Amino acid sequence: MTKSELIQRLTDLNPHLKIEDAELIVSTIFEEITDALASGDRVELRGFGTFSVKHRKARIGRNPRTGENVKVDEKYVPFFKIGKKLHDDLNKD
Amino acid sequence: MNETITRADLSQAVYEEVGLSRNESSELVELVLEEISTALERGEMVKLSSFGTFTVKSKNQRIGRNPKTGEEVPILPRKVLSFRASNVLKDAINDGHSEA
Repeated sequence: MTKSELIQRLTDLNPHLKIEDAELIVSTIFEEITDALASGDRVELRGFGTFSVKHRKARIGRNPRTGENVKVDEKYVPFFKIGKKLHDDLNKD
Repeated sequence: MNETITRADLSQAVYEEVGLSRNESSELVELVLEEISTALERGEMVKLSSFGTFTVKSKNQRIGRNPKTGEEVPILPRKVLSFRASNVLKDAINDGHSEA
C-alpha cells in the first residue's frame, strides 16, 4: 500500500470526504510525527506502536572495500517499536 | 522537548489543519492507523513516501535461552514489523537535533 492508495481508501470509506482533505489528513499526521521526532519528542500510538529517536555515538568506521578508517559523526536515528495489539494481530494465525 | 505525542495530538492537528469536526478528525486518525494495520496483516508492505516504509518479515524458529536460568527454550516462528525511515525523516531528525 502506498500513500496514494491510503488516501484513496479514506475517500472510498468516507464518500463525503474531498480528495484534497484526505491528502491533507494523511500529510498532517505524518508531518506531525516527523516534527515531534525532530524536536526530540516520542510518539506513542497505543496498539499500533511507538516512534522514538535514538542517539548513535560518533565512531570510527571502516570502508569495507578499501579497509580505510573513516570517522562517522554522532547522529540521531528514528526507531519504531510495534505495539502489542498490532504484533498480536500479525501473529494471530 | 521530550514530551510524548499521542493520538489526541494528531487528532488536534488534523482538526486545526483540515476544518472537520473534532469527532471526525479523531475518527479519521484512527482509520488511517487501522488501514495501515490491516494492510500489514495481509502481509502487504506500506510505503509512505517522505516518511518511511513498514515491512512484515517472517522469522524462523530458533533456540533461545533464558538468560537467568540458562535453560534452552524454542522461540517459535513469528512475524515482526520493520520500519525503514525515509531520508526526509532521517534528515529532519538530525537537523532538528543539531539546532537544539
